[in-house]
Amino acid sequence: MNYTNLFKIAINALLRNKMRAFLTMLGVIIGVASVIAMLAIGQGSKKSIQEQVSKMGSNMILVFPGSQSRGGVQMGFSSSKSLTLDDIEAIAKECPSIKMVSPEVRGNGQAIYAGSNTPTNIYGGNEYYLAIKKINVISGRAFTSADIKYAAKVCLIGQTVVNNLFGENADPVGSYIRFKNIPMRIIGVLEKKGQNTFGQDQDDLLIAPYTTVQKRILAITHIQSILASAVSEESSPAAVIEVENVLRKNHKIRDLQEDDFQVRSQEELVKTFSSISNILTILLGAIAGISLLVGGIGIMNIMYVSVTERTREIGLRMSIGGRGVDILMQFLTESVLLSVTGGLIGILLGIGASNAVGSIMKWPIAITTESVAASFLVCTAIGIFFGWYPARKAAELDPIDALRYE
Amino acid sequence: MSKKIIELRNLRKNFIVGEVVVHALRGISLDIEEGEFVAILGASGSGKSTMLNIIGCLDTPTSGDYKLDGLSVAGLNKNELARLRNRKLGFVFQSYNLLPRTTALENVELPLLYNPAIKSHQRRELAMNVLEAVGLADRMHHMPNQLSGGQQQRVAIARALVNDPVVILADEATGNLDTRTSFEIMALFQELNRNGKTIVFVTHEPDIAKLTKRNIVLRDGNIIKDTVLNETIHARSLLESLPVNPDYD
Ligand SMILES: Nc1ncnc2c1ncn2[C@@H]1O[C@H](COP(=O)(O)OP(=O)(O)O)[C@@H](O)[C@H]1O
Ligand SMILES: [Mg+2]
Repeated sequence: MNYTNLFKIAINALLRNKMRAFLTMLGVIIGVASVIAMLAIGQGSKKSIQEQVSKMGSNMILVFPGSQSRGGVQMGFSSSKSLTLDDIEAIAKECPSIKMVSPEVRGNGQAIYAGSNTPTNIYGGNEYYLAIKKINVISGRAFTSADIKYAAKVCLIGQTVVNNLFGENADPVGSYIRFKNIPMRIIGVLEKKGQNTFGQDQDDLLIAPYTTVQKRILAITHIQSILASAVSEESSPAAVIEVENVLRKNHKIRDLQEDDFQVRSQEELVKTFSSISNILTILLGAIAGISLLVGGIGIMNIMYVSVTERTREIGLRMSIGGRGVDILMQFLTESVLLSVTGGLIGILLGIGASNAVGSIMKWPIAITTESVAASFLVCTAIGIFFGWYPARKAAELDPIDALRYE
Repeated sequence: MSKKIIELRNLRKNFIVGEVVVHALRGISLDIEEGEFVAILGASGSGKSTMLNIIGCLDTPTSGDYKLDGLSVAGLNKNELARLRNRKLGFVFQSYNLLPRTTALENVELPLLYNPAIKSHQRRELAMNVLEAVGLADRMHHMPNQLSGGQQQRVAIARALVNDPVVILADEATGNLDTRTSFEIMALFQELNRNGKTIVFVTHEPDIAKLTKRNIVLRDGNIIKDTVLNETIHARSLLESLPVNPDYD
């Protein structure tokens, strides 16, 4: 029996019971649609986290004070004052894989302009700080090394702070605000960055020379962290090792002693978050996969019913020369047709549902060709797998018994 | 002497039901030649169907030899038997066994679907020819439920003829039909036989059996009588003698 005929017979058999065929397919449709949607959500969050992390800075290397754990107890990042400006100089001089390096100090407080005030954060860095963090100045100018040298009372302002103090679309360059009672002149406005994946507003900040923040606002001499930029993404791991070596030497840490600092790279962060969202994707996909499995069992059930109902037809087909394999193929074609049609509808529905969820819930969505192709293959496999036993039962019927079946 | 289509030698068939052995056929020997029209008679349970199923390669004997069209059937596997049924045999059943919601034409085409040598346009043509031959040229696109019992049985006969088998096997083919329709079907079989078809016809009705050319009577799995009918009764003439509009009052 050729494939065209098998296909025709299967279509006719299914059309004879349209409602039943549809309900059977519905199991697969829902299964596939939810697999596609879940994978789209999982992949989408992975992609968006990766994008967010790469927006954080250019091949950024972060150095925090304090070791990761002491006697099993996790310590806060700023629990130690181990990082100094000497470290910055040493890194700049001795690490060939590092392109730029900047100290970072931060504090929070109330920013006041005329009658308005708003709580916000202030960050201090050197002239490389903006480049390392990939922050652009859209109006006015960035601070210079002279501003740093003299701890000038100047700052750059984020969009949220502009909105809160000056109102939408205002250009505050040249205005004076007060932060913790220190008057500061606004020399530039930062480009809007939006929220990060964790829902933090990345525009609610002021940036000033680190000297200004250290001396005039926080009254400290140490620095809270170091930001550096590796020459390239590939050199990131090497840069991490170079920085560690320089800091161990600078901090006079002996061979078996624990570091009093931690070095993290943006690359590592991407990996960590990616693996978290991979687990999420697998989990979501597996849950949806179970519903696909249930759909497959539905097909198996209906195929058993169909074989029983059509016992006499099977007997007749055998008596006129149908071989076991012909009967097997006939029922297998029917179940594969059910699962594949269901799968195709499910894929369309899944893509539609993913986009709907994406636009209504504002979730990041990524439908990959791989997930669509895999769903399609799984459907075909399900048709064959769950159709196999009923089809084999049909093929193994005895023609005489089948013809006599009431 | 013409060609032997069916040769049975000491054919036995036992069924084991629980601990009991049922001897359905107890050593049947029989030759049927090309062009014969044979009725197999006997009471219910005498082994008629069992014998016909073995002749039809649907079942295999417990012991004994069977040659179909000169070919020994013993030792053939399931697929080879299916091929024999497809190429050399045509079945007509008591309950027609047409596929529901499938046109007469498609029902008749069915055996040819299992013969890869036959292309689809040939299939259509062959099916139309045999439907015409059984007098259903105007019913080709009707579904079984739009046809009378007699017409359905004609479709089934057309289906049995479409692959030009060496023998047509019918098991109680008139069993579900009234007298008039039975005679009509017998008239068709007689016509086919006149044109050279070999037919083996199982029935328990002597009235029907006398329309064939040879009667074989079974009892308890043995042949007890084998007679050749010399004088042919035409089913057509019997039909004419039936009242045209029977009064049902
Ligand atoms: N599949 C079977 N299993 C057990 N016994 C059977 C089977 N088929 C037929 N028989 C027995 O074999 C005998 C002959 O049956 P069958 O050939 O159907 O008779 P007929 O067609 O003449 O009425 C009966 O006794 C019947 O009960
Ligand atoms: Mg019988």
